[in-house]
Amino acid sequence: MVMPQPTSPAPSDATPDAARVPLVEMRGIEVRFGGVRAVQGVNIDLYPGEVVGLVGGNGAGKSTLMRALSGARPPDRGEIWIDGKLASIGNPRDAKAFGIETIYQTLALADNLDAPANVFLGRELTSRGQLDDAAMEDATRKIIGRLNPNFKNFKSPVMRLSGGQRQAVAIGRAIQFNARIVIMDEPTAALGPAETAQVRDLIRQLKKEGLGIFLVSHDIHDVFDLSERISVMYHGQIVDTVRKEDVTTDEVLGMIILGKPPTKLTEKDMAELKG
Amino acid sequence: MALSENTGTAAVEGRPAAPVRRLVDRVRAMLSPVSSRLGILEVDTRLIGMIVALAVIWISFNIAGDGKFITARNLWNLSVQSASIAIMATGMVLIIVSRNIDLSVGSMLAFLGYTMAMFQAIWVPQWFGPDPQPWLWVVTLLVGVALGALIGGIQGFIVAYGGVPSFIVTLGGLLIWRGLIFRYAQGQTIAPLDQTFQMLGGGTVGTRVGSLGDVGSWVLGAIACAAIVASLAFARRRKRRYGFPTRPLWAEVAVGAIACAAALGAVFVAVSYPLPQNVAEAVAREKGIAVPPDGIATGVAFPVLILIVVAIAMTFLATRRQFGRYVYAIGGNPDAAVLGGINVRWTILKTFGLMGILAGISAAVATARLDSAVTNLGTQNELDVISAAVIGGTSFAGGIGTIPGAILGAVVMQSLRSGMSLLNVDSPMQDVIVGVVLVAAVGLDTLLRRRAG
Repeated sequence: MVMPQPTSPAPSDATPDAARVPLVEMRGIEVRFGGVRAVQGVNIDLYPGEVVGLVGGNGAGKSTLMRALSGARPPDRGEIWIDGKLASIGNPRDAKAFGIETIYQTLALADNLDAPANVFLGRELTSRGQLDDAAMEDATRKIIGRLNPNFKNFKSPVMRLSGGQRQAVAIGRAIQFNARIVIMDEPTAALGPAETAQVRDLIRQLKKEGLGIFLVSHDIHDVFDLSERISVMYHGQIVDTVRKEDVTTDEVLGMIILGKPPTKLTEKDMAELKG
Repeated sequence: MALSENTGTAAVEGRPAAPVRRLVDRVRAMLSPVSSRLGILEVDTRLIGMIVALAVIWISFNIAGDGKFITARNLWNLSVQSASIAIMATGMVLIIVSRNIDLSVGSMLAFLGYTMAMFQAIWVPQWFGPDPQPWLWVVTLLVGVALGALIGGIQGFIVAYGGVPSFIVTLGGLLIWRGLIFRYAQGQTIAPLDQTFQMLGGGTVGTRVGSLGDVGSWVLGAIACAAIVASLAFARRRKRRYGFPTRPLWAEVAVGAIACAAALGAVFVAVSYPLPQNVAEAVAREKGIAVPPDGIATGVAFPVLILIVVAIAMTFLATRRQFGRYVYAIGGNPDAAVLGGINVRWTILKTFGLMGILAGISAAVATARLDSAVTNLGTQNELDVISAAVIGGTSFAGGIGTIPGAILGAVVMQSLRSGMSLLNVDSPMQDVIVGVVLVAAVGLDTLLRRRAG
């Protein structure tokens, strides 16, 4: 199915304040894997203090789109604007320089290293050319203490930590460096109820601090709970970006499954969904 | 990515079958009172295990060999024989930790040894005349090390930027570097070497001795103790400053005392080994003194001194520098390393360049000890070096391995060979036993690592 795509930047009717400069604006993003266009002609934006939920079925292109922003797989076509300026993001280091931090679904932890080494991976604190492990441990204790006061194993390789503790390390890494834009790819998929609640609290707190967050999730309830706006992807394209208040979960489900914006959903479509 | 050469064995590697695990769990439960006490000392339990294993090997050989194994003479020889392999094993650790392998180290050693021998015995005399040049030994060493960095770096470049598996690149290197020796030396033995250069091998030339003697050795021991105490105190103060938990003071003192005792004990062994009678007489004559009744002490050999310097430098690189952190991160999770913004290719290239440098240093020690370069120099050294690293706890799954472990691994290997020679075990049978020990050691380590880490 081919969707007609707006060529101008993101539809203005869904932005909270058209006069403000978006933190991130991705225009006409295209990512190809061989002959397959995993993401095509996508426009999406993000404002300070806002959570944009990115939903869609498996293989809809959510993670690929976010990997384009985080520098893990730069787009083949399209532009990324940060703070209203054209940004060139060719690798993860570039993205981090723009204050873009990513919590990957796989967590991307070096399992053999301890929590401080993972939090500072690639950005180690040094003094006179030597790793300053004590300073890194100190900072890690503070940042992870914010997320999980029960965390104690700062010297163990992270492979020996629980799923929730590992998640705390990955999140700690994202917020340690004064991130302005955080990409969270399925942040609660591997967590128990208590840990999920902690992550939700954290997202609300970061939002309050004025960060912009892209929340990639399968869990539509998570997204409804936390996001201001919801972008639905289907077959590598954005079906629509809607304000949470304007839609019901059923309508969003319809967009995810059928790939049609709510205005184009027919009675029959809805009946099939419920059927 | 050329990093993870995943083979079919990945599915079972490091994961022993359930019945084997249960057996190990029972053994571990029996040992837990001991291991929990060691926990207070915060020392590497695997390293302790290796030291215990080494002690068992030494004592067994000593009993079987009628007290001929644990003698100053034998241990001194053991230290010199282990040095060349141990020097290279420190680099092999980083290569294997980053999920690569270097099969070319034996051939590199031979190629570099040959080049250094020809440089000092043929080329420089051609350019500067036959008189010995005082700077020759150090320039030769620098040539070997620089050439080692270059050819190691080339192999590393092909691995890291060409994406060719390191197994293949260094298998090619194994053939190429040894083949080139025959090409440019026509299979000749190159000798004799510069007299000062020969000291690097720990031997004696006339009245010149390739070791520190008694005063020098005790000074070395004193420096070692001071360094141990200073580093413990420094680490403790740092932890205190950040308010981190520290181990009890008695544990700190115990660790320091044991480490100092080990260092001074090693020095004691080295100075207990007297120079051979004829050398001692020549030395005494030169100094215008009589040979003391218990002879003149040999002391710590230069190859061992070189190994100590290499070990300190490599441990510093591996644990105190970003480079080392990146090597371990790449081994633990190559994808995480890339996403963390680490320049993975450049880091891999550097590990191979470093390996080349160490092969150059080892080549100097090995040729100096033989006072010549022969075509079969370093044959099968790659297997000894890899075995040393692996016996020392380096995991082929990547991300795990220590430099002190690899050095101990080299000493374990050499102890087995030396002890079996003492017992007149022939060379093929030695290979059989070393092979069995290698598999057994790694098997045991895999089992114990599962939860003890």
